[in-house]
Amino acid sequence: MRILALVKRIFRQMFRDKRTLALLFVAPLLILTLMYFLFNGNTVDPKLGVIGVDDSLVKVLKKADIQVEQYKKVSANTVVDDELDGLLEQDNRQIKLTLLNNDPSKAKGLQMKVSQAVAAQTKAMLIKQNPAAAGMAQQNIDIDYVYGDKDTVFFDVLSPILVGFFVFFFVFIISGIGLLRERTTGTLERLMSTPIRRWEIVTAYLVGYGIFAVIQTLIVVFYSITVLDIVLVGSIGHVLLINLLLALVALSLGILLSTFAASEFQMIQFIPIAVIPQIFFAGIFPLEGMANWLQAVAKVMPMYYAGDALKGVMYKGLSFSDISGDLLALIIFTVIFIVLNIFSLKKYRTL
Amino acid sequence: MKSTIKVEQVSKSFGKKTVLNEVNLAIEKGQLFGLIGPSGAGKTTLVKMIVGMEKADKGSIHVLDKKMPNLALLQEIGYMAQADALYGELTGEENLKFFASLFGLNKDAQKTRISYVASLVNLTDDLSKRVAAYSGGMKRRLSLAIALIQNPQILILDEPTVGIDPELKLSIWKEFLRLKNEEQKTIIVTTHVMDEAVKCDYVAMVRDGQILTSGTPAELKALYRTDDFDEVFLRAGVKQS
Repeated sequence: MRILALVKRIFRQMFRDKRTLALLFVAPLLILTLMYFLFNGNTVDPKLGVIGVDDSLVKVLKKADIQVEQYKKVSANTVVDDELDGLLEQDNRQIKLTLLNNDPSKAKGLQMKVSQAVAAQTKAMLIKQNPAAAGMAQQNIDIDYVYGDKDTVFFDVLSPILVGFFVFFFVFIISGIGLLRERTTGTLERLMSTPIRRWEIVTAYLVGYGIFAVIQTLIVVFYSITVLDIVLVGSIGHVLLINLLLALVALSLGILLSTFAASEFQMIQFIPIAVIPQIFFAGIFPLEGMANWLQAVAKVMPMYYAGDALKGVMYKGLSFSDISGDLLALIIFTVIFIVLNIFSLKKYRTL
Repeated sequence: MKSTIKVEQVSKSFGKKTVLNEVNLAIEKGQLFGLIGPSGAGKTTLVKMIVGMEKADKGSIHVLDKKMPNLALLQEIGYMAQADALYGELTGEENLKFFASLFGLNKDAQKTRISYVASLVNLTDDLSKRVAAYSGGMKRRLSLAIALIQNPQILILDEPTVGIDPELKLSIWKEFLRLKNEEQKTIIVTTHVMDEAVKCDYVAMVRDGQILTSGTPAELKALYRTDDFDEVFLRAGVKQS
């Protein structure tokens, strides 16, 4: 019953604090929406200046979604002055491409399109000279996708990780500061002078903030899937399960780290140490490419397992047995943090 | 008479600093016991140990014949800390209710105790206000009310009247005496104000982690041949060093 009393109190405090509630429920949606529009913006066709290029090549270039501008005369500054992404110069058989390269990925894209166009045009000329080769050269590649389809964008791969990360981040902050306030105002000490047991306090905090974490998870997941139309191939139940376990990890970690913070300011200082690195290991950057010691670091990050499982279910459509290893890892993290929490409260009462 | 609280040979140090050094105390049932001493003397550490929140490095503490720390015994101890540990977002009544349920009081008992302790500290009309809107004195009174909520046999009050106006201070002390006389409660009060010390049945003077002297206020005045209690404290300190 003491647990119930504590949970009730946490609820009362949360409902009186409208801003915190808003932060918990609305802020993740806001950021996710922003991310969605940022990543799904229309790609602008690259602008390419051409000089001395034959018409047939220009035609091919235009077909490849390139804005082509014809020039009669160019100087060294033309690319910069006319805000072009590249300049293609042809002098007989010699072709020269100058790239602006202020955005490497855009430059690489343009370079690829231009070389494809040049290759296609060369092929067309060959066929004109030797029509017999035409049958040989006509070859289309059939493309099949294991995961996703031809419309897959980076956001589809990123969004499962983001959903998990926001759940982790906001639950961490709010639960951590919740218990911290209890420490700094002395109410924790007062609690300890009642016959409450240490595990009862930890449990009450897990349940009290856990319920808010559940609501937040539901809102974030449903919003992402129904409103933002994020790909969900696997089961929504599994997505919720992963996020709930992740929220529990965040909850117990937040409470634990608040032990080592003397103020809200010091709690915020844990964000770059305990929260931000998690996102690097969540699957946005491929783990295989990392140095061995970094891969070892990833294995102690809860977000690594959550990211793997979320991406697995939402994007690849993996089943429960495929992600059970990740879920187990999250459970182990939670148990470790909870036990450490119960011990850390010894500071207030040895019993 | 049997001691309600017995502190034997208790020492405690934090790191290298010794906070309490071989302290002995025996407090009888129904006694109003004053722990007097300057800030940093070790009074708070001592009362925290009696509540069981700190563990003694050496020695033992018995409350109601049971060795502390003892979780079940906390039911019989009402503790009021120096800081007003209250939930500002909640109303006075919600604060009281919360602590009442931590002590396992049922609904009916909660109701009667809350209205009783609230009238005791004169907060009945302010129960539905949020604590964040309380004045310093009101918070102190609510803190005291919480210490009394489970009707404990023992009250341990750490500087209960700091920041309270003289009129209220007087009424709170009157209440201490009433609790002691009519309900036979054992009360430990820490203070650094001498005029409060005089009202105690028995006084122990604490300085630098040691009990300088102890006795009834009258005994101490006689011992140091003075009528002024401040003087007693000063002379006791001189005698030690």
